[in-house]
Amino acid sequence: MKKILLTLLFILFGTTTYADGHCSKPSGSINILANDFPALRTFVETAKGCKGSADFKVTHSSEHNKIAVPALTANPSEFSARIAANSSIVPLMNQDLIRPMDDLVKKYGKGIQDSQLITIDGKVMAVAFMANTQHLYYREDVLKELGIPVPKTYEEVVAASEKIRASGKMQHPYAAAYKAGWNLAEEFVNMFIGHGGEFFKAGTAEPNINNAKGVATLNMLKKLASLSNPDYLTHDSEAIKVEWESGKVALMTLWASRSGTLLDDEGDAKITAATKLTGPATVGGGNIPAATLWWDGFTLAKNRSDSDAEASFIALAHAASNKKMVADAADQAVWLVEGFVPGPKSIGVIEAVKMGAKPYPMLPQMGLMHGALGSEIVEFLQGKESAEQALKDVEAAYISKAKEQGFL
Amino acid sequence: MEYGLDKRSNALKTFNTTFIIIWLLIACFPFIWTFWGSFKVRADFFSRADWWYAISAFNTLIETGGQFTSNAYSEAWTEGEFWKASRNTIIVTVFVVTISLFLGTLGAYALSRSTERYAFWILIAALIFRAMPHITLVSGYLFPFFELQIWGILPTTIVVLVAINQPFTLWLLYSFFKTVPKELDESALIDGCSYFQAFRYIIMPVMWPGVITAGLFSLMLAYNDFTVTALLLNQENHTMVPKIQSYLGTNQHEGNLMWAVSAVVSATAPLFMLVMFFQRQVISGLTTGAVKG
Amino acid sequence: MPNKTFFWFFLPTGLAMILFIGLPIISTGIQSFYAQHDQVVKEVKKCDPFGCTVSIVVDQEATSVIRDERPLGKFNGLGTYVDRNHLAIEQISEFWDETDTFGDFIDQVTNLPFYKALLFTLTYCLFVTPNVLLLGFIIALSLNAISRKIRGPLIFGTILPMIVTPLVGSLVLFWMIDAEGIIGANLQLIMEDPYLSLKSSRTLTWITIIIYGVWHHSPFAFVVFYAALQTVPQEPVEAAIIDGASRYQRIRHIVLPHIYPVVTFVALISLMDNFRVFEPIIGFSAEGSAQSLSWLIYDNLVNEEVILFGSAAATSMMTIIGIAILLAPVLIRTWKEFRTAR
Repeated sequence: MKKILLTLLFILFGTTTYADGHCSKPSGSINILANDFPALRTFVETAKGCKGSADFKVTHSSEHNKIAVPALTANPSEFSARIAANSSIVPLMNQDLIRPMDDLVKKYGKGIQDSQLITIDGKVMAVAFMANTQHLYYREDVLKELGIPVPKTYEEVVAASEKIRASGKMQHPYAAAYKAGWNLAEEFVNMFIGHGGEFFKAGTAEPNINNAKGVATLNMLKKLASLSNPDYLTHDSEAIKVEWESGKVALMTLWASRSGTLLDDEGDAKITAATKLTGPATVGGGNIPAATLWWDGFTLAKNRSDSDAEASFIALAHAASNKKMVADAADQAVWLVEGFVPGPKSIGVIEAVKMGAKPYPMLPQMGLMHGALGSEIVEFLQGKESAEQALKDVEAAYISKAKEQGFL
Repeated sequence: MEYGLDKRSNALKTFNTTFIIIWLLIACFPFIWTFWGSFKVRADFFSRADWWYAISAFNTLIETGGQFTSNAYSEAWTEGEFWKASRNTIIVTVFVVTISLFLGTLGAYALSRSTERYAFWILIAALIFRAMPHITLVSGYLFPFFELQIWGILPTTIVVLVAINQPFTLWLLYSFFKTVPKELDESALIDGCSYFQAFRYIIMPVMWPGVITAGLFSLMLAYNDFTVTALLLNQENHTMVPKIQSYLGTNQHEGNLMWAVSAVVSATAPLFMLVMFFQRQVISGLTTGAVKG
Repeated sequence: MPNKTFFWFFLPTGLAMILFIGLPIISTGIQSFYAQHDQVVKEVKKCDPFGCTVSIVVDQEATSVIRDERPLGKFNGLGTYVDRNHLAIEQISEFWDETDTFGDFIDQVTNLPFYKALLFTLTYCLFVTPNVLLLGFIIALSLNAISRKIRGPLIFGTILPMIVTPLVGSLVLFWMIDAEGIIGANLQLIMEDPYLSLKSSRTLTWITIIIYGVWHHSPFAFVVFYAALQTVPQEPVEAAIIDGASRYQRIRHIVLPHIYPVVTFVALISLMDNFRVFEPIIGFSAEGSAQSLSWLIYDNLVNEEVILFGSAAATSMMTIIGIAILLAPVLIRTWKEFRTAR
């Protein structure tokens, strides 16, 4: 663990030592399925620079999750490669739709770091190139004025927010993406992991959240919610970002990947200048942060010819080891590629890694749990049921889904 | 309904005018607001600080130096490749409307002229078909379409949109055909026309306005559909609505909201012209053929 | 029309509908009776940029053997229909035994996802449908009395709520009704309540979505009613005026009976559309306070990494059945009409 951590930090802070990623002109046909946001567009564009004589196509779609499984199930599959994250690789693994690429890595993956490789049972299943996490943002001016130190734990976040509220400066000083559904469930996952919780009984798919840790997690979420804008159940990352820009929030938990526009020169200059980033907070006396680490990486479709897989790998590996790309697009993401020089926007991710944050659980049944959490804990936050009842509901909803999917 | 004998009192007239003005305000205000806001920067239009910014253009002045900016438009159309999406939308709507109407008029004519019991059951089946949520239908299509390698191309989407819209088109046109007296085509049949000739040369000219109405509803569906187009098209063929969705960003990553806003305004402009153009025909069309349930 | 002619006329549209709607409905129906095979899992070592852990994956070798034998999955009968996330038969009988008062029982039942969604869906239908009919009719009457010259643009303005892409239409509205947005902030002023927020409580969210529904659907009713009004014959109306009938009496006894079939048509279509309410929930980010049946389907198909096709299929089938029940009175009436027409 320690060794990997050191390598990662080395990559993150590493300096350019040798020339640009090479490209061994592939042929065949390449078709990529990816989510739709600027960093991925940059990545795919870079890969296109190494398409050789191959036919190169890409589909960036917000509906990529829904398309991926049917697309890769067909034989031959529509796409030769799919850009996935730690959660979206799971359905592909469950259905056995992606191929191991050890041989390709050996043959063409010179510029790729060992730490970029996602291995499962010893086989390389994906190559990561970006990292992300949720961490704390704070308003330096507000904290300084009230003499509050930068919070390290969620208990301190609560205390600081209460103090800010008491001072009359802000009515709702805390913000996080608590929108019912995926976002809220993600906050629960973070907080539960921060409390040292395990979602499932070891080695099985039996749920394991209706316990003291689960209750503590919910209570902390509720406390934080009471310090947020009363509309918190409708606020996604976009909404809280705008709230931050309007100067009504002093402490916030938000994705590292969204720091870009908070620190650019659009909007109120005073707020931008006072916006500071720090690592994720811990909770309940735990020593790992209440946050999950995420990666984005590429995978290769199984139901596609070897030559297309090879062509896709060559092009994508070119991008995943491209120093020029990470230098030019340093603002767009926290790249895991060698040669990336982290700027102030990457502080959150680096801190999270240093503190030993855990990755989002890459488990076959985790999506079902995430879905159950998103809708069943809402009523607790609204004050309509007890924490125990809410957790019981989550487990019941999860069990029904897991039974239908054959996990239980 | 301008009755010669009917003298409206002034009070009623005033009340009526006031009601219409209030309704139009409610109906149009969000769109006028969007139109106005599309010429501002994001920090003004999507402001949580003060909604007045959208009017005073506080940040637009700082960022662009003027009260209004058309940056969002020029960027969305060029950088955002909205032109490509509009081209695809035009192709999709033109084909969907034409094919829908062709299939729909034939089918509805047959239904309206049949006295068999099965005609009724077909109408009921069409109604049940319409009840199926689109999202389930489309999810069902994905596997076979990928297997047949017809996913992502425009013709597939066009056929799916036509099929999904058939029940509504059938019902609407069926009610229209019911209003055309049977004697009309029966006399043509006696004169030696085939059913198709009677349909083509006797009934269709009378039905033209009704067809326009059905066409307008299919156009609206093809134009505004998200579920089908977002899931069945590849990036090259994305139409306007999935494109707009892609400007909105994702959970973890920032989108370009002002592009979406300007794109929506751009997408509504041609509809305005279309509706204005078709209006006379739509209304006169509905005039001759009352819709019967 | 002879059967053979009918067949050729109806073939293209019939084929399209059977292929793209009929068959999928049947396959969805079949799928709803199946569940996935038992997944064989094994523990393996997983490494990513942030470290290695030992955890479970699906054992492909073992699973593929089972999968190849029966590709449809495990036959589950009505299992998916009655599980906790759908009809929850078991849970309900449990609640019946456990709870003391009827109110408690209802509370418990509406805490289950399916009934929660059904409650909202029905409430929405109940409030939106009649109001759409009423508002559409009033606007049609009212516009009909306005001078023909300016009617054109007015009609366009009236149908705007229907034609603007709902995706972004509701996004813009979502910002407008925010506590800091133009509508939200002015509502606070009018109501003299600085903490009023349309998004924070369940009741207000429901009211907002219902108002949006009326706003969005009224133009459809308007278009059809307006057209129907043009066909009202003049003679009886004029006769009624001479007889001294009031305006209300004329509408009640002449106009309404004449356009009655159209009212049925609009009621049918809007009832169906309202039962499938979905877009405003996403647009207004109202998942926390309002869930509909269509939203449940969406949630099963889209929101989760693992696609729950069986669940979605079961909910879809129940949606169809629900609509059929709601429409039954209208269908029976149509049948009677059809028989007399023959």
